[in-house]
Amino acid sequence: MSDERTISLPVLGQIDRRTAVKGIGATLGLGAFGVAISPLARMREQLSAEELMQKHYKELTPEDKEAVFARLEREAKDQYGADVSIHDPQPIPGVRFGYAINLSVCNGNGKCVEACHKENNHDRDTNQSYIRVFEMPKGTTDFEHGNTTYTHDVPREGHYYLPVQCFQCENPPCVDVCPVEATWQEDDGIVVVDYNWCIGCRYCQAACPYHARRFNWKKPTIPAEEVNPDQGYLSNRVRPQGVVEKCHFCLHRTREGRMPACLEACPTGARIFGNMLDPDSEIRWVLKNKRVFVLKEELGARPTLFYFFD
Amino acid sequence: MPRVKPWIFLSLAVALGAGAAIGRVHLSNSVGTPVADAGRAESAAAGAVAPAGGAYGVFVSLPDGPPRVHTGEHDAMGRPVTVSCVSCHTSMEPNLARRTAADPPMQFHQGLTYAHGQLSCVSCHNPHDYNTLRLADGAAVPYPEVMTMCSQCHAPQARDWTYGAHGGMTGYWDLSRGARHRKSCIDCHDPHAPAFPSMTPTFKPVDRFLTPHRTGGAHE
Repeated sequence: MSDERTISLPVLGQIDRRTAVKGIGATLGLGAFGVAISPLARMREQLSAEELMQKHYKELTPEDKEAVFARLEREAKDQYGADVSIHDPQPIPGVRFGYAINLSVCNGNGKCVEACHKENNHDRDTNQSYIRVFEMPKGTTDFEHGNTTYTHDVPREGHYYLPVQCFQCENPPCVDVCPVEATWQEDDGIVVVDYNWCIGCRYCQAACPYHARRFNWKKPTIPAEEVNPDQGYLSNRVRPQGVVEKCHFCLHRTREGRMPACLEACPTGARIFGNMLDPDSEIRWVLKNKRVFVLKEELGARPTLFYFFD
Repeated sequence: MPRVKPWIFLSLAVALGAGAAIGRVHLSNSVGTPVADAGRAESAAAGAVAPAGGAYGVFVSLPDGPPRVHTGEHDAMGRPVTVSCVSCHTSMEPNLARRTAADPPMQFHQGLTYAHGQLSCVSCHNPHDYNTLRLADGAAVPYPEVMTMCSQCHAPQARDWTYGAHGGMTGYWDLSRGARHRKSCIDCHDPHAPAFPSMTPTFKPVDRFLTPHRTGGAHE
């Protein structure tokens, strides 16, 4: 074995083979590392130090929030050319939101889908929306038999239409699985996402039995004049690429007492929204007087969006 | 807060002429403030359907008076010339059996699509005063109270509407923060052909899962 040790490479002179291999390995390793981290150099343009160091939403002081919102408004101006106003309406004490959809009336025209798309600053390329309307054959509530791509005139004989969005479950499985607590349920029942805390693992998407969550595969594109400037931090501000988003019952509207955008857009009057804790509210009357049901009740997620036929 | 009591619906549904006065409270258009679009006025229904503590009203889109019939002519300014119902009907003998404009042929109302059960014109229009409507018991009701007319037969829908479970709306769910605007029966249902029309979906998601598979591609 000692013979081998004396063999030297011609170019490297007295350096033995072991050292040479080490040196080559180290050089390659360094090079590979450099290539691997090179996206960070490009990222510098998009990711500010403040964003990187931003705390979880629940740990933000009012001053922190002010700074964060100002930064996000600046970014919206830089990236989308739009003057937006980001605010953070809080749950109204004594309010628990409930939603009901009259499936006897819904005709699947999809105006709610479009209204959501515009209200919530969704990506224009994909026509993204928090609402899907399934065309369902009568006699089943199984999504497997549904179709969302119909383009014929509606309603179609023998079918009913099932709009599906986040049900703001009382026992949300999506919240349980989040490894970083980037999604949680607020006091008014709305399940929200801190888009700046989400790591994009998509566990929540897998956990939701209703396919209510969406992933931003790409950076949303929205023309400046179409950006809805009335934005909430936890709701409809333009989401970054690589995070999960979902219906939030238009909390930037509903926490100010207004109706959700999908309800106002519905030409058939199929949607009823309100405070379930108010015994005189429209939603309470529906819950009391109509035969309401929820989808996949056996899973125990306890949705607060109800369906009924009348 | 005076949440509407069930007996209001009974009176609304049965609509016994003057006996239905309470049912008409929230349908009346006593203000009659005309608004620009389509000659519609909105009447405040505050007190009838406003939830507890509601500082703002509920406004219902209702006609502000009898409709006017287009003559097909235009004046010097290019505006359509319309006439009131009584322009013709004061001098015409009402045909109580008439159900459509086409049979037997009628000089006016030719473009009218008629598909509302077995009702005849005078089931709703008042042959003694065409500026009003006529309920089943013979009582005349002004046009702004058209929902009383509809509610005679469509009581379940009228009940649901009153409780906010039928018909479109915009504005505020919380009436302590803002007003609500509601549609009336005839905003969505043409009284002469009330079935909700068929619609064409105009907005569909565009993503890779929903794009139909290409055929004749590299796989073949």
